[in-house]
Amino acid sequence: MSSGEQAHRVRDGVRTALPLALGPLLFGLSFGVLADAAGIGAVAATVMSATTFAGSAQFGAVTVLDAGGTVVAAIMAAVFLNARYVAISVTVASIFPGGRTRRLVESQLIVDESWALSGRSGRFEWSILVGSGLLLYVLWVASTAVGTVLGDALGDPNGLGLDAAFAALFLTLLAPYLRGRRAIQAAALAAGITLVLTPVTPAGVPIVAAAAACLIGLKR
Amino acid sequence: MTDVWTVIVVVGVATVLFKAAGPVFLGRRALPGKVQSVVELLAPVMLAALVVTQTVGGDGELSLDARVPGVAAAAATLAVRRRAPLIGVMAIAAVVTALVRVVA
Repeated sequence: MSSGEQAHRVRDGVRTALPLALGPLLFGLSFGVLADAAGIGAVAATVMSATTFAGSAQFGAVTVLDAGGTVVAAIMAAVFLNARYVAISVTVASIFPGGRTRRLVESQLIVDESWALSGRSGRFEWSILVGSGLLLYVLWVASTAVGTVLGDALGDPNGLGLDAAFAALFLTLLAPYLRGRRAIQAAALAAGITLVLTPVTPAGVPIVAAAAACLIGLKR
Repeated sequence: MTDVWTVIVVVGVATVLFKAAGPVFLGRRALPGKVQSVVELLAPVMLAALVVTQTVGGDGELSLDARVPGVAAAAATLAVRRRAPLIGVMAIAAVVTALVRVVA
């Protein structure tokens, strides 16, 4: 395939993702608002969106820091949240063309949404993954930056119920995972561990300890 | 400030490696079954823990306040419409919590 043809197919991928652009845009704005409320700083928040490009892990890390958790707890929460990308990236390993460097760069465009879109036809398509990933990346970074400005203008975020809104955000991200019995059990166990540990351990520790609930996966 | 940047750099590097795992390092080799089942549960487990801390977490204690009815309203919304749009669910939680705070 010529590079001109590849560029053309990537443009089709961008177009595939356009109707879904509003969700990620608002998600990015929310992250900017949260980061601002947590005192992360506009530059740091935007750099994080540009280098991590994985919403839930960014929300997780900032939430832990905001609650007074340690650096290690924040890192572990985000790393645990993003470990799923190992499994996800293996499913699309064979669709990336070119040498190692190119594959390294293009694989960064794997996010939940671009991955899901690229597999809609029943087999994973490189052009849709890269095209939609590019669009989502630009939206994510730009909306984070705008969100930090918006956060400044909003004033006291908790008075507006934003703290509850971010709990609802995690709940909405959780909902699609709660299909199998095992996922429900693991999530319930994690919630239980967090509830029990919150009054007796420093902030951030309950979340990291709750990760142990994934060991339910070892059960037959 | 340095704490924040440490988190950003470490999480950033880890995420780059995770996303490159298949296309650059492992190729088509599937993860061992047990690793796969554990890794698959990590995201829902961490999200459940975050829901709890963000709903009832306080300064080293559980705190039942106006966040609870807000998150309950969000949960009810998701129970009715599992695919409800993120921003709508967030708005419902925010509005309910803000109203309870005004009344209380």
